[in-house]
Amino acid sequence: MTDRPLTKNIDLSRGALSLKEYVAAGGYAGARAIANGLEPSDVLERVKNSGLKGRGGAGFPTGLKWSFVPKSDDVSIQRYLVVNADEMEPGTFKDRMLMEGDPHLLIEGMIIAAYTIQATRAFIFLRGEYFDAERSIAKAIAEARDSGYLGRDIFGTGFDFDIVLHTSAGRYICGEETALLNALEGKRANPRAKPPFPQVSGLWGKPTIVNNVETLCNLPGILAYGVEWYQSLGSGGDFGTKLFGVSGRVNTPGCWELPFGVSIREVIEGYGGGMQEGYALKAFLPGGGSTDFLTPEHLDTPLTYTAIGELGSRLATGTMILLDDKTCPVGMIGNLMKFFAHESCGFCTPCRDGLPWVDTIFRDLESGKGSFKDIDVLKDHVGYLGPGRTFCALAPGATAPLGSGLRLFADEFAAHVSGAKCPYH
Amino acid sequence: MQQHVIASSSTNARLRARDLTAEEIAEIEHELTLYPTKQAVGLEALKIVQRHQGWVSDESMLAIADYLSVPVSELEGVATFFNLIFRRPVGDKVILFCDSVSCWIMGCDKVKKRLSEHLGIDYGETSAGGEYTLIPVPCLGDCDKAPVMMVGEKMHRNLSCESIDSLLPLSNAEGSK
Ligand SMILES: Cc1cc2nc3c(=O)[nH]c(=O)nc-3n(C[C@H](O)[C@H](O)[C@H](O)COP(=O)(O)O)c2cc1C
Ligand code: SF4
Ligand code: FES
Repeated sequence: MTDRPLTKNIDLSRGALSLKEYVAAGGYAGARAIANGLEPSDVLERVKNSGLKGRGGAGFPTGLKWSFVPKSDDVSIQRYLVVNADEMEPGTFKDRMLMEGDPHLLIEGMIIAAYTIQATRAFIFLRGEYFDAERSIAKAIAEARDSGYLGRDIFGTGFDFDIVLHTSAGRYICGEETALLNALEGKRANPRAKPPFPQVSGLWGKPTIVNNVETLCNLPGILAYGVEWYQSLGSGGDFGTKLFGVSGRVNTPGCWELPFGVSIREVIEGYGGGMQEGYALKAFLPGGGSTDFLTPEHLDTPLTYTAIGELGSRLATGTMILLDDKTCPVGMIGNLMKFFAHESCGFCTPCRDGLPWVDTIFRDLESGKGSFKDIDVLKDHVGYLGPGRTFCALAPGATAPLGSGLRLFADEFAAHVSGAKCPYH
Repeated sequence: MQQHVIASSSTNARLRARDLTAEEIAEIEHELTLYPTKQAVGLEALKIVQRHQGWVSDESMLAIADYLSVPVSELEGVATFFNLIFRRPVGDKVILFCDSVSCWIMGCDKVKKRLSEHLGIDYGETSAGGEYTLIPVPCLGDCDKAPVMMVGEKMHRNLSCESIDSLLPLSNAEGSK
């Protein structure tokens, strides 16, 4: 048993464990539990009972998601498992570590998920720039195939399963799961209308489950050590562990596997080593670029989906981005808006036209050409681009730092107009 | 075989597909075994050709569209969607410079300025000796080691203005200032 099921094998000073070493460290025990007679319905039950929630951002319960795949004993109906490894959310650096550090954990997780939904084929949709992860995963897949862990009749279960590693070519919207499916089919990667949901009609119209890398890496532990162990790891209503990261002006930025319920303060001041000398914490985004700002008064909040949600933000990817007192908040938000404007897929009008407008206003504010009317236009866009107004969640994601930033940093925004320049330089 | 053409408005010349090399064809054929449709291999084929040719010319685009029997307009729609498919020639190495939020907080603008001075180029340009093309890239997923950039397939982390010159040697002394 371990209290670090996701990273216990990861040591970035050496390469990832080979299949042999991974097995010697207790790996593939979860997959072997299947070989010893667990039915797909048994695994589904355990994953449901574990309370595992998706780590791709939305925190949707994984077992529940799987249960939407139409049940059928007809194995001739193709089903697909797709791994979302397109990590590209600004300030997010967690899946990279898992894929480079312990690729067999991901493959084992994929075997468990695929067996549960009876998907004989899986695609890993990997971000194109992640060359090191590509090499590490490709090597692990080859080893697993050579050992009969992938291919026909894996682990003597009668279940055939193989993995295709697909590498993308840089476009954030491909991380949205229906855009990802279009990309895999070789189409322009605009999101799809839902319903139908991918669980029913996904890749090439077949039932498809899309899960995040970190989500799948939770599965081997759940099968190997059990639901009770898994639930004992977290607190505050969320179970297991999560990768939490800190970037910005702290002494020791990084990414650590910690139990749910650990306080924000412990992560920033303990693991992150606190703010660098001469810098004070002004605010932070708790879970990547699409989350609402929180402030130092929230430092004692436990990191759980519920607690962060109650503050009006989201835990999302769990990688925090810190804003210090020497960095301009308007500049920081402007940087995020430039990203979202650039990565808009252009499919729906509010996002395609609205985000570039927002981006332009931030450039004007920076160069001292902004007006108070511009700030009102920004406020309007928080509504225009908000949830329910656009085809997918990209634009609403952009409104999280924008809306909360306009509220929190009203004085700084105004100072850019009244002083006709950025007060930070 | 059906022959697609791209009409160029400036010269009115009708471009023809070039012949794919045996290596390119072998790699595309391998990809075709992994997916149930030819269309699905579009991006992989573009990447294969780019790996061999350095970029994707109109002639290459036509050749891939022919080979996969997909309309060239659709393949172009895929190619232009992605940040890392190059429809213009690029330098020997592409520098992907992260300009996202954590790197920005950690001072990537200053490093970018130094980089541009050193290479004599801005975003979208290629250095005089043809060694490097500079492109901005969203968060490279290494935010705890910001600022970062990728040169070719190699990550460079914790960048500073001082480290830039030695990381990116220029053969052509004229190119650097
Ligand atoms: C614009 C956008 C980008 C996204 N990017 C990613 C991503 O890179 N990785 C990821 O796992 N999920 C991403 N998501 C969330 C996915 O749509 C999906 O919810 C997730 O992959 C489901 O996996 P999970 O249930 O295991 O969390 C993104 C969503 C949106 C709207
Ligand atoms: S919200 Fe933006 S990214 Fe999403 S579908 Fe509309 S234009 Fe595309
Ligand atoms: S913001 Fe530069 S690596 Fe994440």
